[in-house]
Amino acid sequence: MCHEAAEGGLVTVDASHGADAPPELVQLLTPEGERVEHPDYDIDLTPEDVRSLYRDLVLVRRVDLEAVALQRHGELGIWASLLGQEAAQIGSGRALTDADMAFPTYREHGVAWCRGVDPVKLLGLFRGVNHGGWDPKEHNFHLYTIVIGSQTLHAVGYAMGIQRDDASAATIVYFGDGATSQGDVNESFIWASVFNAPIVFFCQNNQWAISEPLEKQTRIPLYRRASGFGFPGIRVDGNDVFACLAVTRKALEAARTGQGPTLIEAFTYRMGAHTSADDPTRYRVASELEAWKLKDPIERVKSYLFKNEQADQAFFDAVDAEADQLGADLRRRCLAMPDPEPLDIFDHVYREPHALMDQERAQFAAYLEGFAQ
Amino acid sequence: MTVLSLSKALNEGMRKAMEDDPKVLIMGEDVGKLGGVFRVTDGLQKDFGEDRVIDTPLAESGIVGTAIGLALRGYRPVCEIQFDGFIFPAADQIITQLAKMPMRSLGAIKLPVVVRVPCGGGIGAVEHHSESPEAYFTHTAGLRVVSCSNPADAYTMIQQAIRSDDPVIFFEPKRRYWEKADIDTSATDWWPPLHAAKVVRPGTDVTLLAYGPMVKTCLEAATAAEEDGRSVEVVDLRSLNPLDEAVVMDSARRTGRVVVVHEAPVNSGFGAELAARITERCFYHLESPVLRVGGFSTPYPPSRLEEHYLPDLDRVLDAVDRAFGY
Ligand SMILES: Cc1ncc(C[n+]2csc(CCOP(=O)(O)OP(=O)(O)O)c2C)c(N)n1
Ligand SMILES: [Mg+2]
Repeated sequence: MCHEAAEGGLVTVDASHGADAPPELVQLLTPEGERVEHPDYDIDLTPEDVRSLYRDLVLVRRVDLEAVALQRHGELGIWASLLGQEAAQIGSGRALTDADMAFPTYREHGVAWCRGVDPVKLLGLFRGVNHGGWDPKEHNFHLYTIVIGSQTLHAVGYAMGIQRDDASAATIVYFGDGATSQGDVNESFIWASVFNAPIVFFCQNNQWAISEPLEKQTRIPLYRRASGFGFPGIRVDGNDVFACLAVTRKALEAARTGQGPTLIEAFTYRMGAHTSADDPTRYRVASELEAWKLKDPIERVKSYLFKNEQADQAFFDAVDAEADQLGADLRRRCLAMPDPEPLDIFDHVYREPHALMDQERAQFAAYLEGFAQ
Repeated sequence: MTVLSLSKALNEGMRKAMEDDPKVLIMGEDVGKLGGVFRVTDGLQKDFGEDRVIDTPLAESGIVGTAIGLALRGYRPVCEIQFDGFIFPAADQIITQLAKMPMRSLGAIKLPVVVRVPCGGGIGAVEHHSESPEAYFTHTAGLRVVSCSNPADAYTMIQQAIRSDDPVIFFEPKRRYWEKADIDTSATDWWPPLHAAKVVRPGTDVTLLAYGPMVKTCLEAATAAEEDGRSVEVVDLRSLNPLDEAVVMDSARRTGRVVVVHEAPVNSGFGAELAARITERCFYHLESPVLRVGGFSTPYPPSRLEEHYLPDLDRVLDAVDRAFGY
C-alpha cells in the first residue's frame, strides 16, 4: 500500500501514515537529467567531474552484473547485488577523502570501488574462500559486516578515536532501512550524539529488508529519527549521484569540524533480489520495479551529459568498452582465485601462539596424511 | 501417511498447533508473505492472518523480548531466528530473562516461548549462517534444548515444544530441511515424549551419540562400518536438556565404547558434557575413553573449507577405529 510511486517525485513511502506533508528530499538532478538548484546543497561539478561519476556508476554496475553471472554459474555461493543503489554509493563514496574511514554492510561494492579496493577482493567472501580478505587499513574501508547493524557501533568507536587523535577526518557508516530497527544501530546513534563523534550515518533506504517493506520497520520517515537523538537528519534522492555527493560532503565536513553526527537517508530502491538466494516475486509486485526503473541512477546522468553536450557517443562507447573489459577481467581473476588449503582453517584465529590450535592442526595434518598413503 | 520434507513437517506441525490453540503465534523476520527464508512458515500468514503470523522489525532482541511479554499475557509465541549466527543479538533476552523469569516468580510465571533456530553447516553459506550454538544454551539453566534430525521428529517435536510450558530452544538442521519421510499425521499414539532419546540403529560394538544434522551422517557411518564387520549402535539424543540419561547410559553399558558426534567445536561442546556423564556413570563398563568428533576449535571456516571442518563419514569411522585401539 505504501510503495506506489507518487507522481512527480521520489517521495513514495507514506511511513508517516499520511499525518504529515511528504518530507523534503534533496535532489539536484531529476530523473530526466535536469539540473535543479537547492539553497543548502549546491555543488560545482566540471564536465570532467560528471563524466568521471558516470564512469564510476557504469563500472560498478558492471562489476555487480558480472558477480550476478558468476553466482549463476556456480562460481560464487551467493551475491548481494547493488543494482539500483549505484548513485547512493558512488555519490557518498566520492565524498570521502583518503583519511576518512568507511564501514560497509555486505552490499557496498560501489563504495569499495571508490575506496580503491580491487573488485576481485570483494568476491572472496561470496565465493567462500575467505571471510573478507582485505586489510581495512589499506584503503580505509572496513571488512563487510553481515550481522545487521553491528558495524554502526564500531564506526562510532572509530570516530571517537579520530576525535581523541585530533585528526581531521570523519567516519561514514553504511546500513539499510531494516538495520535501523536493531538495538546496536540505536545505541550507535546515542553514542555518536553524546560524544559528538565525527560520523556520518548513511542509511540506504532501498525500501526492503528481504521481504519486509519499510513500514514494518518505521512509521515515520527514517531521517526524522535523528532529531530524537539530537543530531540532524536529511533525506536525499538516493538515485541522484550529484545530491548524494553534495549532501555527504557537507555532512562529512560538519563531522570533521566538530559539529558531530548527521544521519543521511538515501531514498533509493533495491532493483534486484535481496541476494541471489531470494525470490522477490513472492512478496512484491513487478510494477513497483517498473516505476523505479524510470528513476534509474545512471540514465539521468547520461541524459544530463547528452543534453549539456558534455559527452559524445565516443565517450559513452569508451566507458562501455572499459566496463566490458573490467567484467571479463573480473571473471577471469575470480576463476583463478586459489581455494584455501584445509590447514588454513587454523590460521589467524589468534595473533599469538595457541596450544590448542597447534594441537588440532597437527592432529588434522596427520589425519589428512593418512589419506595420502 | 503423508510424505513430508523436514521443513514441511515443521510447517504442518505449526499449523496443527495453531489450529489447536488460538494463543499460538508465529513471529520473526520474513516469516509472513515470504514464509521464511527456508519456507518453514510458508502459507501460515495467508491462513491465520497477520495478527498471528507476524513479520517483525529486524531485531532479534526485540523478537524474543516481546515474545516474553506476549507469553506473560497468555500467548504462546514461536519465534524464528533466521540463522544460527543471528541468535546472539537475542542472547541477552534468552539468557537473562527468558530462562530465569519463571524461577524468579517462584513459579507464578510461565513462559511457553519456542525459539526456532535453523542450525549447522553444509549448505555453502557465508559466515554466521552455518553455526551450531547449542552449548551456549544447554549451559543456561531454565531452557529446554532440543534438536530434530528427521521429518517425523520435526513434526511431533515442534508441536510438543509449543505445548511445553517452559521455554524451548528448538534447533533445526538446515541442511536436512529437504529430506523426506512418510509421516502418520492422523494419530498421535506413536509420538515419543519430547525429551526421549531414540536408538535409531541397534548395534553391539560401539555407540554413536548424535543429534540434529549428524544423525544421518552417523547412520551412514554405521552402514559403512558394518561392511568391516563392526556393529554400530546409533542413538539420536533429540533432547540435549534434559538429557535422556537412561537411553544413553544403557547403550554405553552395552557397547562399552562411545563416540559423540556434533558439528559444533569439540572444545567446550556438548560432547564434553556427555563424555563426563558417561564416564561417571559407566566407568567400569567402558572399554575406551568416550571420544568426540566435531568441528575444530576455530570460527566456522569459509564454505570452501567446510567439508574439512564438518565431521563426515570418514572422521566418524576414524574415531570408531580409535575407540577399538584401546
Ligand atoms: C542480526 C541479523 N539478523 C538477520 C540477518 C539476516 N538478514 C540479512 S540481510 C537482512 C535484511 C537487511 O535489510 P536492510 O537493513 O534494509 O539492508 P538491505 O539488505 O536491504 O541492503 C536480514 C534480515 C542478519 N544478517 N543479521
Ligand atoms: Mg533495505
